[in-house]
Amino acid sequence: MSGVFGSKVKRKEDPRLITGQGTYTDDVKLPNLAHAAILRSPYAHAVIKRVDVSKALEHPSVLAVFTGKDIVQKIGPIPTAWLPPDSDIKTTAHYALAIDKVRYVGDGVAMVVADDLYAAKDALELITVEYEVLPAVVNQEAAMGKMAPVVHEDAPNNVAFHWQAGDATDEMFANAPVHVSHRFVQQRLIPNAMEPRSSVAQYNASTGSLTMWLTSQNPHIHRLLLSGILGLPEHHIRILAIDVGGGFGSKIACYPDEALVGFAAMELGVPVKWTEERRENFLVTTHGRDMILDVEVAGEADGTLTAIRVHNIANMGAYLSTAGPGVPTILFGLIVPGAYRFAHAKVDVYGVFTNTTPTDAYRGAGRPEATYVLERIVDLFALELGMDPVEVRRKNLIGADEFPYHTALGLEYDSGNYQQSLDKALGMVKYEEFRQEQEELRSQGRYIGIGCTTYVEICGLGPSQVAGAVGFQGGLWESSTVRVHPTGKVTVFTGASPHGQGEETTFAQIVGDRLGIPIDDVEIVHGDTDRIAMGWGTYGSRTTPVGGNALAIAVDRVIEKARKIAAHMLEASEAEVEFQNGIFYISGHESGTVRQVTFQEVVLQAYLAWNLPAGVEPGLEGHSFYDPVNFVYPFGSHFCMVEVDRETGEIAILRYVAVDDCGRVINPMIAEGQVHGGIAQGIGQALWEGAVYDDRGQLLTGTFMDYAMPKAHFFPEFETAFTETPAPQNLLGVKGIGETGTIASTPAVVNAVIDALRPFGVRDLDMPLTPEKVWQAMQKGSVSA
Amino acid sequence: MGMKETQVTVNVNGKLHSLTVEPRLLLVHMLREKLLLSGTHIGCDTSQCGACTVLLDGRAVKSCTVLAVQAHEKTVTTVEGLGTMEQLHPVQEGFWEKHGLQCGFCTPGVMMTAVGLLQQNPHPTEAEIRHGLEGVICRCTGYQNIVRAVQYAASHTETSAIDSEVAAPDIVRDVIEGR
Ligand code: FES
Ligand code: FES
Repeated sequence: MSGVFGSKVKRKEDPRLITGQGTYTDDVKLPNLAHAAILRSPYAHAVIKRVDVSKALEHPSVLAVFTGKDIVQKIGPIPTAWLPPDSDIKTTAHYALAIDKVRYVGDGVAMVVADDLYAAKDALELITVEYEVLPAVVNQEAAMGKMAPVVHEDAPNNVAFHWQAGDATDEMFANAPVHVSHRFVQQRLIPNAMEPRSSVAQYNASTGSLTMWLTSQNPHIHRLLLSGILGLPEHHIRILAIDVGGGFGSKIACYPDEALVGFAAMELGVPVKWTEERRENFLVTTHGRDMILDVEVAGEADGTLTAIRVHNIANMGAYLSTAGPGVPTILFGLIVPGAYRFAHAKVDVYGVFTNTTPTDAYRGAGRPEATYVLERIVDLFALELGMDPVEVRRKNLIGADEFPYHTALGLEYDSGNYQQSLDKALGMVKYEEFRQEQEELRSQGRYIGIGCTTYVEICGLGPSQVAGAVGFQGGLWESSTVRVHPTGKVTVFTGASPHGQGEETTFAQIVGDRLGIPIDDVEIVHGDTDRIAMGWGTYGSRTTPVGGNALAIAVDRVIEKARKIAAHMLEASEAEVEFQNGIFYISGHESGTVRQVTFQEVVLQAYLAWNLPAGVEPGLEGHSFYDPVNFVYPFGSHFCMVEVDRETGEIAILRYVAVDDCGRVINPMIAEGQVHGGIAQGIGQALWEGAVYDDRGQLLTGTFMDYAMPKAHFFPEFETAFTETPAPQNLLGVKGIGETGTIASTPAVVNAVIDALRPFGVRDLDMPLTPEKVWQAMQKGSVSA
Repeated sequence: MGMKETQVTVNVNGKLHSLTVEPRLLLVHMLREKLLLSGTHIGCDTSQCGACTVLLDGRAVKSCTVLAVQAHEKTVTTVEGLGTMEQLHPVQEGFWEKHGLQCGFCTPGVMMTAVGLLQQNPHPTEAEIRHGLEGVICRCTGYQNIVRAVQYAASHTETSAIDSEVAAPDIVRDVIEGR
């Protein structure tokens, strides 16, 4: 081991990105490239009476105009790829363009292809559509009502699915010494990756092959789905997602526009590009969260928590997006008991159709929502008992000696040391001093508060057998190929598809560490279905725990074969040969003695093949298809300290302290960066962000002027630290770190604000905690400090 | 179609270009589509995100809010002209050293904004940097390492170096004006 694992190495992907040489999808230029634009419904719910495209077709730059009727026989419906079991799920057909009905503002009605981008957009204005506007429904609870407009005829009461898990009973709550319940609302969020989605397609009619550049987190899944939608064999489709400008879950789904672009290229015989405008991104790229959550906990008077149950009404939007149904069910439900010793739990989830943009994964996907309601209700439970919220947590946290821990919902938490994490965070925070200061300031009419989250996350999706059991229509293993070239340089082909997470660096660190070669000798190839056998992509914080371990195994297979050759070269038995820092040597001798060969010398012999041991083939490559035995469970403790302005309701974040444990850290700089980004998004939900629709289904927050994207000056400097509890069930001892910040920060911030508002008798406020809401709450409340 | 095209002469990254464009063509589209300089990105349509920021006659502007014709006889610096791998601009160096980027999509615009910021205030405080970045949005980093990157650039730059690197080289100006 060369020490490069665990060190702060500058990123290998940066040189091209800081010099403007990246290849994002919209950067792709091809000869004769045509441009597409999509006409979108201005109504949330309407019957399409007539579409007249004749004027658009007269535009001299226009090559074609397609409507729903033109494509219905040619492009298959966009499938849903996560079907929670025993949920009676209604997967209504979702065509790439609406045929006779639009179901949300932004639903595609027609696509124009022109030889110039500006002309394509001009031509959209030449299309006339006659609509019969229908009443719309945007709120999921209202949508379940008897009189509500029906989004899909085949889904009565707009219920798309109903899923349950767990065993907690009514009696457990009714008979509990302490019983606290509350309704929480997880507002809808808009992921807003900075790169708008884009697709470029090129079709070669003579070979029947389609090449598509896509803004995708999972190009192989896109290939699989597009193969079915377009009716093209999979081996004739190549998907490229080289540089992708952020995803946060919004680039997992297979979108109607992607299918349309591929179709148009095939139909017209010219390459076609479509790139979303930001206003389209707001309307049609999947949204996240949007759940109404009734939560109850039961416990003892001494602060012991015994049971939890959650009733979740999740807004799925107008269609079920690719992974959408998995979010409020499996990804949300299973982690509801969190880091605490709940003996019983129960989750009951309704997925509901509304006339809104479809929802799907958004950073954390289900786990932030679960953690939010849990961490909030634990605070309410503490309030009920008059106990300190940290003490209640300490009393209920699963002990370090209880792992592997089996939860009430059937998960097996692999490892953890929650107490150590909490202690470390408390030390950084100086909790007691803060409480004293809080008392003093309150007497002066100033209101500061502190809130915490002691979370556990489920990630590293996941064992494929479990994927099947929970209705995910795919595997969740990962592939890796390690190709060692004759000179000892290495190319890695990974099925993971990073888009900002830095795996070109951390994966090179894994290889460099194991082979004892410089990381500059290692190139990581991702995001190309022709170069990479198969893969399931990057989401659910799976790339390091699943893709990283696939890579480590493949590297070890290289070493295994190289050791055979080295033994032959050293005229020794394999068992005698040791490998360290890139050198094979004979045990008992120190490195540097005569009986050694370098990795590079062995590699060269593998390719020359002049004198290989019997039964050893030439060449040197390692392959692996790694299926994890379990998920991984990162955990940590986050604290937020705020001051609320009595006059204006404004919230100032005084400090933010995060202690996370993602097992062994490959690159502390990158891990810290992941935590920063996650915290920023989580605070964004707590304080500023929220998608708002009016009653007719118009998105009122459809630009960066109306949707509050966090800016640099909104934040203080985050204080981050790690504890390292190696993951016991994988070779590298790693867990995921991409979503922890988003999962932990939202409840920590809200808990802090509610704590600050305690003298006003405020129990809860719905996010985002805007100054107006906070001010109103203070006006209503009575100061009782 | 139908729109009268017009002539634009512009110096981009030290190279003179003469193009015929529609009057409504945005500078960012001219850079990306006509000059094939795809380092300048488009992140929004309401002038909020700053992904498209370039230097126009040495001043940071959002190129999605400027018409190509408004750049006539002016000098534009894009990320491609900021520095080379052999000689990175201190801001580029700072972003690499301090992990100021993740997906990298906002990065060219954020770096050009930072160049503009340091030009006006070579030694900004942390708060000044955060406020100076008001016109850019990054969804990945939480901004902390962007702030560190700008601080790094500030401490690795001679004030004069900032001026000379971003101002239009006189010789280029002469060429344009002498036309
Ligand atoms: S693209 Fe210019 S500000 Fe967003
Ligand atoms: S690095 Fe991805 S948006 Fe800034």
